[in-house]
Amino acid sequence: MSQELVLGIYVFIMAIFVGFEVISRVPSVLHTPLMSGTNAIHGIVVLGAFLVAGSADSPLLHALGFIAVVFGAANVFGGFVVTDRMLEMFKKREAVQGEKKDA
Amino acid sequence: MLDVRGSAIAVSYIIAAVLFIFGLKQLSSPSTARAGNRTAAIGMTIALAATLLDRQIISFWTIAIGTLIGAAMGIYFGRTVQMTAMPQMVALFNGMGGATAALVSVAEFLRLTRVGDSIGVGEATSIVLGTAIGAISFTGSIIAFGKLQEILPGKPLQFPLQRVVNGLILIGVIVLGAMVVMSGGTAILWALFAAALLLGAMFVLPIGGGDMPVVISILNSLTGLAAALTGFVLHNQMLVVAGVLVGASGTLLTLLMSTAMNRSVANVLFGAFGATNSDAASSASAVGHTVRQTTPEDTAIALAYARSVVIVPGYGLAVAEAQHTVRELATDLEGRGVDVKYAIHPVAGRMPGHMNVLLAEANVPYDQLLEMDQVNGQFPQTDVVLVVGANDVVNPAARDDPSSPIYGMPILDVDRARNIIVLKRSMGHGFAGIDNALFYHEKTRMLFGDARQSLTQIGQALKSA
Repeated sequence: MSQELVLGIYVFIMAIFVGFEVISRVPSVLHTPLMSGTNAIHGIVVLGAFLVAGSADSPLLHALGFIAVVFGAANVFGGFVVTDRMLEMFKKREAVQGEKKDA
Repeated sequence: MLDVRGSAIAVSYIIAAVLFIFGLKQLSSPSTARAGNRTAAIGMTIALAATLLDRQIISFWTIAIGTLIGAAMGIYFGRTVQMTAMPQMVALFNGMGGATAALVSVAEFLRLTRVGDSIGVGEATSIVLGTAIGAISFTGSIIAFGKLQEILPGKPLQFPLQRVVNGLILIGVIVLGAMVVMSGGTAILWALFAAALLLGAMFVLPIGGGDMPVVISILNSLTGLAAALTGFVLHNQMLVVAGVLVGASGTLLTLLMSTAMNRSVANVLFGAFGATNSDAASSASAVGHTVRQTTPEDTAIALAYARSVVIVPGYGLAVAEAQHTVRELATDLEGRGVDVKYAIHPVAGRMPGHMNVLLAEANVPYDQLLEMDQVNGQFPQTDVVLVVGANDVVNPAARDDPSSPIYGMPILDVDRARNIIVLKRSMGHGFAGIDNALFYHEKTRMLFGDARQSLTQIGQALKSA
């Protein structure tokens, strides 16, 4: 096995532990934002699409790269925007009432 | 010579990975969640900007135009989508991520093959898995989107020998994958891509609408995994970290959701639950029972003179888009000194936390929302339970009737409350296709009609009560 692959596997395993540790305490109120927030994060594959599209030297690779960039960018931008919109609505009782007084 | 660019990229990736982890950490508390999402977005910006420094990139045009189009689409849909349509929106974005991962894997294989580099076993395996899992996640998410958007029927779609056919496709994917790893060949990789696309669609088709919380979680986790595998393909550790974080979160939600239904993940995937109306179970409990109907006026009086009311929302609330109406009614009741709470079952709706998002949109403070464990002990002291479009999650058969298909699923014990009022469109079955003994209970009154209309009528009657 190449050195690089071994390192990748190490990172993979460590990240599993970090992931479970960080997320295991999310209350069920936040399950939907968690899902759509992580949804945006996996849009990070768009950087792979950047590399493909930016180094393409054949029409086929250009096409593949282009579609991948469009999908990936939609995933990233849409994911973060929609999550932000959702989280903006989550308020505690005092905050909700305070807002009503302001209005 | 020191490679300044390479180091800058590496350091940026480390910072981005840390920001992702930190952002997720903040997402786990309602007060910091919004900041957490922004932290992750900053990490994303840094990572993407750093990638543009990569020497491999010789032309920016495709990237710029593609990003503009994708971003415009994403922002437009993200801004305009109705909160009730959130499950299908998440499914759609998830599918796009899966497609990206698959396309990147395929393209990298094509590039390596053309350059004539020998592709190592580890690399080839990552490419095969990235392609297959990404493709499965893409078409699976598209089918889930179709079901949630009601373009496709929400009921399980079944045909003879379905499991055999699906099994054969799965074997085909595995064989093609092994062939790519052992001998390479772009034609075989394309065949693998096509077979995996087919498999993704076929595996979601037989799954019913009510099992969507589990399916969406699995698909989310699969896309994360595909992204991580792309990290192996491109030797990019940050992709591995980000992908695995998503995979872990999706897996955790999958387990939580299937536990909340007391069913194994395999049962959800292969059980085609809700396909058959279990007549045996329904006839046994329904015979000789009568349904007692009520009116909006009587409901208003029952609510007005109650000391404590618990509202139990279900998918019917989302369908009727009644979240604002129910909140207005609750506010009126609170004005009269009634204690109002909401009881949220973990799998109510079509995605994890679906009801919480809808009620948050209607300005219901989240500390008024009670989870199943918190609220179940309170039902015996509750004067009126108002069930709005929920069915299987309040079916006492899950607790009392070992012959029921949903026996063992944890439910909200609303039948222990003093009075129960059920808002429902008709006497149709819930998603599980089974009868609900709660509707025939002597303490239960049924108010038939569209949930939003019924709630509006109750609200009007309440003002004169």
